[in-house]
Amino acid sequence: MATSAATKSGKRISGKDAWYPPAKRDRFIIQQLVSKDFKLRYRRSVLGVAWSVLNPLLMMIVMSAVFSTFMRYADDSIGCYPLYLILGNTAFQLMSDATSQGLTSIIGAASLLKKVKINRYVFPVQKVFSAAVNYVFSLIAIFIVMLFFQIPLTPLALLLPVALGLLVVFSIGLSLLLSALAVFFRDVIHLWSVVLTAWTYATPLFYPASILPHWMQVFEAFNPIYLYVTFIRDILLWQTLPTASLVVRCAIWAVASLALGYVVFHRHEHKFILYI
Amino acid sequence: MADNKLPDDIAVRVDDVSMIFNIASEQFNSLKEYFIAIMKHELSFKEFRALNHITFDVHKGEAFGLVGTNGSGKSTMLKIIAGVLEASEGTCTVNGTIAPLIELGAGFDPELTAQENIYLNGALLGYSKEFIDQEFDNIVEFAELKDFMEMPLKNYSSGMVARIAFAIATITDPDILIVDETLSVGDFLFQQKCEKRINELVQNDNTTVLLVSHSIDLVERICSRVLWIEKGQQRMLGPVDEVCQAYRNLK
Repeated sequence: MATSAATKSGKRISGKDAWYPPAKRDRFIIQQLVSKDFKLRYRRSVLGVAWSVLNPLLMMIVMSAVFSTFMRYADDSIGCYPLYLILGNTAFQLMSDATSQGLTSIIGAASLLKKVKINRYVFPVQKVFSAAVNYVFSLIAIFIVMLFFQIPLTPLALLLPVALGLLVVFSIGLSLLLSALAVFFRDVIHLWSVVLTAWTYATPLFYPASILPHWMQVFEAFNPIYLYVTFIRDILLWQTLPTASLVVRCAIWAVASLALGYVVFHRHEHKFILYI
Repeated sequence: MADNKLPDDIAVRVDDVSMIFNIASEQFNSLKEYFIAIMKHELSFKEFRALNHITFDVHKGEAFGLVGTNGSGKSTMLKIIAGVLEASEGTCTVNGTIAPLIELGAGFDPELTAQENIYLNGALLGYSKEFIDQEFDNIVEFAELKDFMEMPLKNYSSGMVARIAFAIATITDPDILIVDETLSVGDFLFQQKCEKRINELVQNDNTTVLLVSHSIDLVERICSRVLWIEKGQQRMLGPVDEVCQAYRNLK
């Protein structure tokens, strides 16, 4: 931190080196944009950041009240139903927040992209990180639930970053793909919210997989979001080591999504400016 | 900003650049419309050449002007040089760092405070965090808004916003400064201050200046060489007095 008077001469020197090398630039931009999202999210709310914790917690209380009494989903194969619920919901929320925000990120950054030269991928990627930051806060809610129901936290929890990392990579791929599509076809914006709703119900988030008919259970073995949710439930709820097959499928989905997203985005990004 | 081995004394090389916009006969915003048009073979585009085979070099340290009437493609040319647009044909090579004073205040968010906006805008311009930390007080001082830093930007007047934007954009010491008539903001005192800062940069031998202006007087005062573009066509390239003379005669 320099004082204003002293730097008048010093400025001339550093003014030449004001810029980051291109590789470092994007990181700082993403960091600034994520922090902007975060600040704006809870500005002017009394509880502020606490909502990131309270929201999933309250959601879980409502849903577990509804589903365990009316629908009687809580069966023994699940274990602690509230924890089962919150783990599924928060992970799905991460993906759905990331993609629905990422979807409009290029269109939303139109005024910026027309003014300054920025690598376009930072916008969809940044939205995924914003969602991930939010997820980290909901982890606090998860740990509160675990404490309340006295579910032990085992060393298996150390695998959580792996699960999250894969989920984030998967979301980045989707986000890149969708943001590029949305530039050319705004229909995608409307379509995606329907897809997300369908996906919520098609995934055993609040009901046990065992109530599904056989063909649906086969389908779930390839439902990426269910795979990530199962990974997280394995390590936090059921305290079993996820099977190698599960981890491999999670990784394949992440890589495939990223590759597809990257290719589509990269191939069309130079045309974005003409359509936004 | 790919450096294709530009000679050391050239700051910007524009080589046979054309910019073609496809004006779709209809705007397709939905898949349905798009496929219907494909089916009916109606997917025709009208070509619009905003720039047509423009070629010029800007030497290091020189002040170069771009003149032309409204809609002649000056701003498009600047955007290509700044890297915002990609040329449809030809290449544009830039040697060095650019400070574009084209449209100021990129990414300003009205809900954030001035301080937060300085960091955000700085990041978008590619500045390093350390540099912004160091120059923060200078930016605030130049913008003369010391007591308002914690206020959300939406409560600022447009003049105040412009002052901050200008201060951030000119705090660096760029190799190439691109100026597109942005100085018509703020009160007259601040305008003088802006001109003074630009002049400082112009006088600096190491800074190349690219100026776009409708005011021929300003171009004559600052620039040494001028390119005249008219309706996307390169009309004249040469010393400032010759080109400005010819441009005046058009009027």
